[in-house]
Amino acid sequence: MFVHNLRLGTHSLRRNPLLTALMIMSIGFGVAASMVTYAVFRAVSGDPIPQKSSQLFAPQIDNRGPQYNREGEPPDALNYTDAMALMRAHKAPRQTLLFQVGLSVTPEDSHRMPFKALGYATYGDFFPMFDVPFQYGNGWGAEQDNGREPVVVISRALNQKLFGGENSVGRRITLEDRQYRIVGVTENWDPKPRFFDMFSGNAYADPPQVYIPFTYAIDQRIDTYGNNNCGSDGKRGDDFDSWLRGECVWISPWVELNTADQVQAYRQFLDGYAEEQRKAGRFNWAPNNRLRDVHAWLEHEHAVPPESRISLSLALGFLVICLVNTIGLLLAKFMRRAPEIGVRRALGASRADIYHQFLAEAAMVGFAGGVLGLVLTGAGMFGVGLVFEPQIARLAHLDISLVLLTLLLAITATVLAAFYPTWRAAQVQPAWQLKSN
Amino acid sequence: MTVQIKPILSALRRHKAGTFLIAMQIALTLAIVCNALFIIQQRLAHLSEPTGLDEPDIFVVQNEWVGQANAEQVDAKMREDVSVLRALPGVQDATTSNSYPLRGGGWDDGIKLTPDQLQDTSGAAIYFGDDHFIETLGIKLIAGRNFRAEEITSMNVRDRLSPPVVIVTKALADKLFPGGDAVGKTIYLVGGPTTIVGVVQLLQSQSVDRWAAAFAYRSVIVPKRLAISLGGWYIVRARPGQLDAVMRAAPKALFEHNPRRVINDDDGVLSFSEVRSRAYERDRGMAILMGVICVVLLAITAAGIVGLTSFWVGQRRKQIGVRRALGATRQDILQYFMTENFLISCGGVVVGTLLAVAINLWLVTRFEMHRLSLVYVLVGVVILLLLGQGAVLAPAMRASRVPPVEATRSV
Repeated sequence: MFVHNLRLGTHSLRRNPLLTALMIMSIGFGVAASMVTYAVFRAVSGDPIPQKSSQLFAPQIDNRGPQYNREGEPPDALNYTDAMALMRAHKAPRQTLLFQVGLSVTPEDSHRMPFKALGYATYGDFFPMFDVPFQYGNGWGAEQDNGREPVVVISRALNQKLFGGENSVGRRITLEDRQYRIVGVTENWDPKPRFFDMFSGNAYADPPQVYIPFTYAIDQRIDTYGNNNCGSDGKRGDDFDSWLRGECVWISPWVELNTADQVQAYRQFLDGYAEEQRKAGRFNWAPNNRLRDVHAWLEHEHAVPPESRISLSLALGFLVICLVNTIGLLLAKFMRRAPEIGVRRALGASRADIYHQFLAEAAMVGFAGGVLGLVLTGAGMFGVGLVFEPQIARLAHLDISLVLLTLLLAITATVLAAFYPTWRAAQVQPAWQLKSN
Repeated sequence: MTVQIKPILSALRRHKAGTFLIAMQIALTLAIVCNALFIIQQRLAHLSEPTGLDEPDIFVVQNEWVGQANAEQVDAKMREDVSVLRALPGVQDATTSNSYPLRGGGWDDGIKLTPDQLQDTSGAAIYFGDDHFIETLGIKLIAGRNFRAEEITSMNVRDRLSPPVVIVTKALADKLFPGGDAVGKTIYLVGGPTTIVGVVQLLQSQSVDRWAAAFAYRSVIVPKRLAISLGGWYIVRARPGQLDAVMRAAPKALFEHNPRRVINDDDGVLSFSEVRSRAYERDRGMAILMGVICVVLLAITAAGIVGLTSFWVGQRRKQIGVRRALGATRQDILQYFMTENFLISCGGVVVGTLLAVAINLWLVTRFEMHRLSLVYVLVGVVILLLLGQGAVLAPAMRASRVPPVEATRSV
C-alpha cells in the first residue's frame, strides 16, 4: 500500500512540476540555511571534555576588590601569589596552574630555521586531569615539578616535524637556547573551545605544541606569551620579581573535584583563604570567589561567539518561513485535486487512505528537498569560511551525523507541514465534489 | 478601486488558510529582512571606520627573538633592525612599536587627571613609538610637536609606564580637556605624571571588538621602544608603488643582518590591507551571510506568492470567465488580483512590523545590539509590497487572459 501511495505521489508530483519544484527549493534552502549555521553553532558550543566537564573547576579569587573589578566579578585568572597559595594548600585531589608560553625551537639540523612553538607551562597533573592522550611516553610527575626539571611534552605534530614521527622520548630539544628532555609525545589533542585557557583568548587557536613544568618556567623567568591583566590598580611591579608579587593576573588555575562534598569543601577553602588575606590586610573586602565547572566557565567566558547565535536564530526563522511557504504550496497542490479526492472517497477510500497517500507524497517532497538541502549545505560549508575565522570554519564540517540530520529534518519538517493541507484534503466531501463535476 | 475591495475581502474569507499563510510569510520575511538589513548596515559602518593611517603603503613585521636576552641587548638589536629597514631602497620610513591599529589586542591603560583619582577619566590604547612613528604611520600632527630623538628611551615589559612626555589623539584630548588646550597639560599614567606635547588627528585603537569600543580612537603614543625578549613589531611605510617589493626585501634583509629570529611564514609580514581584512573578517562575514539570507528569503517568499496565486487563478478560472462575460475588462481582472495581493501584503506588513520590533528587542537584550531604526522597517515594508506586486504579476496576467468563453465550460 505504501509503495502504491509513493507511486501515486510520483505521478502527482510530475503533473505539477512548477509547484513541486518550488516546494523542493523552499525546503532545500530552509534546511540548508539551518544546517550550515547549526554546524557552526555545534562546532563552537560543544562540550570540549564531555567525560569530565562536571569535575573540572576553575577557581577565581577577587584580588582587586569592588572598586576595580568589573561588575562585581573577580578577574578571570589568578596572580602568582594566589595561584601558589592554591597549589601549596593542595585541597583538591588534582590541581594545576598554567600560562601560555611561546618558545623558539632550534632544530638540530643547522640548515633549518628556528621557529616558534606555542604551548603551556603547567604542572604534571595537567595530563591526567584533562585526559591528554599520549602517542609515546607520558606526562611528568610531582618529582619533576618539585625538582624544577627541564622536561618537556611535545605534540605529535612537533614530533613529526623534528623527529619524523619516531619515538623521541628521552631525546633532547632546544627551546630558547635551553636543553629539555622529552618525556612524552601527545596524540593530536585539541579540545575546542580550549576551555582551560580562555583567559588568553586562545579558544580556537591552533593546537598547543609544547608543555613544560610551570616551576621550571618561573625559575628561568620565562615570560607569559598570553594575557597579563593588571587592572586599574597600581600594584603591578617593576621587574619580573616584583611583578610576580604584584596583583597582575595571568595564571589559569584548574582543580579536579569528584564529589559534591569536595566541591563544597573547596568553596569553603577559597572563602577561608580570602578571609585570611583580609585579616592579613591584603584584601579589604568580603571574600568574592567563584568556582565554576567547565560548562559554567565557558558560559561566563562567552565561548560561543554571538555571531553564531544570531545566525542560528535567523536560520531557524528562515526554516519557519520556508515551512510556512511549503504549507501554502502543499495546500494549493492538494486542494487542486479536490475532484480526484472526491472520486476516490466516493469509490470507498477511507479518510485514513487519503492521509496515507498525501503524507507519503509530502514525505517524497521532503526527501527531495533534503537532498537539495544537503547539496546546498555542502556548498554552504565552503561559505562558512567567509563568515567566521578559519579556526572556527575548520571545525564546522559535513559529517555523517549532519547528513542524516539534514535529511531527517527535511522529511520531518515537510511531513509536519503537510498535516494541515492533508487534513483539508481529507475533509473533502465526496458528494459535493461529484455534484459540482 | 474602492468598489473592488469588498468583493475581494469576501473572496478572501473563503480562502482563509491561503490568505493567512501568505500574510504570515510576508510578516516573517519582513521581520527577518529588516533586522538583517539593520545588522548589515551596522557591520558595514563598523568596518569602514578609518584608522588614521596611510594604509596603502604600510606593512608590519612581527619579529620574535630566539633565546632570552636582557632588555639592553634586545633594544640594541631592535635599533639595528630599524636602521636596516630604513636603509632599504623603497622604504620611506620605519619604526618599532608594541602594536598597531586593528591588531586585535594590545596594551591599554587608564588615564587620570589627578594622581589620587580612583576611577580613570578614560581608557586609552598605549602605542610605543619613536620620533619616526608619526611619519611612518602617516598620521597627522594637528597641535604641539613630535617627539625629539633624545626623548626616546627603552623600556622593559615590567617597567612602570612613566614617560616624561606623550602625544595623544584628538579624541582623547577632547575627552580629557574639552577646552581644546591639551598641549602642555599634565595627565597621569600608571607610573606617574606626564606632559602632553602633541595632538594627532586620528589613531584608532588596537582592537575593534566591543570591549574596546569604550575608548576607540583614544590613544596615547609614548616615546619608548618596548624592549622585550619575546620581540615586537616593525611598522614600515614604503614609497608609493613599492609596497610589494619592500615586503619581500624586508624579512630577507632582517635575516641577513641577524638570523637568530623568527618571522612567521603565514603572518609574520602583513600588508595593512591584510591586517584590515583580518580584523573585520567577522563583520564582513556577518554582512555577507545576512545579505545572502535576505536575498534567498525574498526569492522564496516571491516563489510562494507565485505558487499560491497561480493556484487561486486556476481555481477561479470559471468565475473569471463569468466576470469577463459580464463585461469586466482584462485590466479589471489584473487589478483584482493585484489589489487582492496588496490587501494581503498590508495585513502581513502590519504584523511583520510588530514582529520585527519584537525580534529586535530580543536581539538588543541578548546581544547588546542597537535599537532598530524605523527607516529599516519602512524600507522593508516597501520592498515586500513591491515584491508581492511583482510576484503576483505573472499569475494575474495569466488570469486576465482567461477568455469569457470559460464561463460556459465546466471545470
